[in-house]
Amino acid sequence: MSAELQPGVPSGPIAGKWTRRRAELALVGPVQKRRHRVVVVGSGLAGASAAASLSELGYETLCLCFQDSPRRAHSVAAQGGINAAKNYQNDGDSVERLFRDTLKGGDFRSREANVYRLAELSNGIVDQAVAQGVPFAREYGGALANRSFGGALVSRTFYSRGQTGQQLLLGAYQAVAKEAARGGLTLLARREMLDLIVVDGRARGVVARNLVSGALETHLADAVVLATGGYANVYHLSTNARGSNATAIWRAYRRGAAFANPCFVQFHPTCLPVSGEHQAKLTLMSESLRNDGRVWVPGQAGDGRRPEDIPEDERDYYLERLYPRYGNLAARDVASRAAKVVCDEGRGVAPGGRAVFLDLRDAVDRVGAGALRERYGNLFEMYERIVGDDPLRTPLRIYPAAHYTMGGLWVDYDLMTTIPGLFAAGEANFSDHGANRLGASALMQTLADGYFIVPPSVGNYLATARLSPVSEATSEVRDAVASAESRIGALVGSRGGLPAAQFHRALGDLLWNHCGLARSEAGLVAALRQIDELRGRFWRDVRVPGSGASFNQELERAGRVADFLELAELMCIDAVARDESAGCHLREEHQTQDGEPRRDDAHFAHVAAWMHTAGGAPPRRLIEPLVFEAAPLEVRSYR
Amino acid sequence: MNIVLRVWRQESPGSGGGFVDHPLSDVDPGWMLLEALDVLNEKLVARDRRPIAFDSDCREGICGACGVVVNGRPHGGMPHATTCELSVGAALASAPRPTNGAGVITLEPFRTGAFPVVCDLVVDRGALDRVIMAGGFVTVRTGSAPEANTIPIPKADADPALDAAACIGCGACVAACPNGSAALFAGAKASHLGRLPQGKPEQGRRALSLVRALDDAGFGACSLHGECEAVCPKDIRTDVIARLNRDALRARIRGR
Repeated sequence: MSAELQPGVPSGPIAGKWTRRRAELALVGPVQKRRHRVVVVGSGLAGASAAASLSELGYETLCLCFQDSPRRAHSVAAQGGINAAKNYQNDGDSVERLFRDTLKGGDFRSREANVYRLAELSNGIVDQAVAQGVPFAREYGGALANRSFGGALVSRTFYSRGQTGQQLLLGAYQAVAKEAARGGLTLLARREMLDLIVVDGRARGVVARNLVSGALETHLADAVVLATGGYANVYHLSTNARGSNATAIWRAYRRGAAFANPCFVQFHPTCLPVSGEHQAKLTLMSESLRNDGRVWVPGQAGDGRRPEDIPEDERDYYLERLYPRYGNLAARDVASRAAKVVCDEGRGVAPGGRAVFLDLRDAVDRVGAGALRERYGNLFEMYERIVGDDPLRTPLRIYPAAHYTMGGLWVDYDLMTTIPGLFAAGEANFSDHGANRLGASALMQTLADGYFIVPPSVGNYLATARLSPVSEATSEVRDAVASAESRIGALVGSRGGLPAAQFHRALGDLLWNHCGLARSEAGLVAALRQIDELRGRFWRDVRVPGSGASFNQELERAGRVADFLELAELMCIDAVARDESAGCHLREEHQTQDGEPRRDDAHFAHVAAWMHTAGGAPPRRLIEPLVFEAAPLEVRSYR
Repeated sequence: MNIVLRVWRQESPGSGGGFVDHPLSDVDPGWMLLEALDVLNEKLVARDRRPIAFDSDCREGICGACGVVVNGRPHGGMPHATTCELSVGAALASAPRPTNGAGVITLEPFRTGAFPVVCDLVVDRGALDRVIMAGGFVTVRTGSAPEANTIPIPKADADPALDAAACIGCGACVAACPNGSAALFAGAKASHLGRLPQGKPEQGRRALSLVRALDDAGFGACSLHGECEAVCPKDIRTDVIARLNRDALRARIRGR
């Protein structure tokens, strides 16, 4: 293992690790807490829960978000639910089982101790949310209801219709509002982090742009928490919100934070297919529909009949055929790849042939249309508005889309990056999902990080760190501001004539083709050459009207695309270096005869964490070996 | 087809503004309206002109960022839909008859005293956050929650609580109200939390704080026009306003 990566996992049996770590963590005295300032960047589930909890503890907390209100962070769009090992259904669930499902779902490429802690904390999250007034679905008797998600044989998902993320976010947002009202927390909306301030090797604040006035601001702090989400928008078309971006974590990487497993990207199997080149984004249909829907394509290629005209014996329910035990609830990467395979065979459905059916007909017969509307009402409305079909009469047409990034900043067991004092929470870190994330686990991880892990970890750091005084005049602070200024200057100063969106679209096509559902060394090498060339053209030909000194959304967009163009290169470098298949990362050179990923545990049972090197040299690949003691390595199978 | 986007252009909060016609050709009526704006903006950028500023993020009707008055109606008047869920075709349906063969879609910011214009179609809705900060929460610390199933909540309470909690904070209700009132927004929060046992202990205090915050933030008074309900993309009903007023009145009488 590299000396630069110290996971800091507590010793002893897995079930006692977190308890032991909590007992060891150093505490900050109540009076001292008020003297420490913590900046939280991002206000989604991870950021808002961390900011509110840090403020409750007594730290002077600052929370930045690029939207006009923290309530709009992209966590709001999560539909299906949140997992917890409550075993309310008496169907055999437990912390152990949630742990093993999550580890297996991630194809054994995550850190065992982190995953166990996540499962352990899951129950407390649901308790916390209920206490905040999150209106989860209930049985008539008043108890909480559950449903099933992919990769699990138990029913452990808590939900609020198809808007669970929104409701959990409102809970966390209201906790932020409570702390802001009390005076412990300052909220700054419409601020975008443009650089990280590192002094004496420690994170000491951020440079942010006030998106309304255009002014650059420095926010100095004793610790910085990045909760800025994932980078699926690198593909241009994804299920992420338009503004979701990688700039904060990418700037942290450029300042010395290791970036782990950048090539691990989840393609969500149940999204609406691409419909045209002007499309702004792809719409997700909650995976929970796979509870009641059956996925199929016609048995014969080129079958142009309407779905209702295709008789039962001429349909191929391929997930049920290939994975009889999990059926339509196979893990996301498995379901997405299977959809690609049947479409590559020419059996995709019209228009365009890049879609499969998700059919609710049998569920209507079984439980009735009313019960389905109760479960998925707002999803059906959304589908009907966009596509024009009633999903209860005509099967939905779905296809995979870039959705979630398991990769992110490398963090130790305390969620601290390789830069002391810089923490990463939620999708921004790499921690818990390995090479594939199970449904309803993202919300769980963001809130485990924000409510329960970041607050004591930050305290432990502050109690033990020796911090030198920092001011606006410190040279590293001035350097960070100057570097943000010069990037803005380069963008508004470019004399080209093309909008940033054009480069973003080209980058997205390139990545989708070469670093998407399937990857090969030849394709990735070609992509690396093309990305380099595209980046050159971007800086030569981009046009950003206006200046940096005012409200300028085109400048925001161009800055984000510039960072995506760098990140995309690291993703492809990582995908080449990981010469095996695992979870979402299917290297065509390494698959079984059935097209399943073939892992190479002898050589790749590790986390790859990349360190930026100055002067244009290639990044350095560091390795954190993964050890599996509580759940021994096995071949993942959903058959 | 060819269309004209008649857009309110205003460079900054202090500057004056006015409508500018932006023609756009080869538009498919199936495009989303905001995608048409994206396309127009790319053309403007290529000609080194300032693109039209507008807020939008999720593009699926849940984040509440988008909010444009389309042909005189906040979110364009399609039932239960936000601006980002509106197609060009649907926007044209409510537009005046085409002139010179091109339909004209008029786009304005949400106009109300409490939402100053930031730039073009972007407004500052920080007043809504200030209302929530006044009391739109349950005072519970991380870590002090009881086991989730300890308090059963009848479905008959949980479902209407979620109906009210579905508010996305877009501000269309304020933009539609002749008084510029945010009573529907505040009422939704009072109803969401007041329906649940977890929100009961602070019910009266919350109602009084919310009502006071509405005044402080510069929103007008509610005189039950009902325009808010008609434009709400999440179908929040005016009964939440009655509940807020009742809670506030009861708290005043009881002195807490």
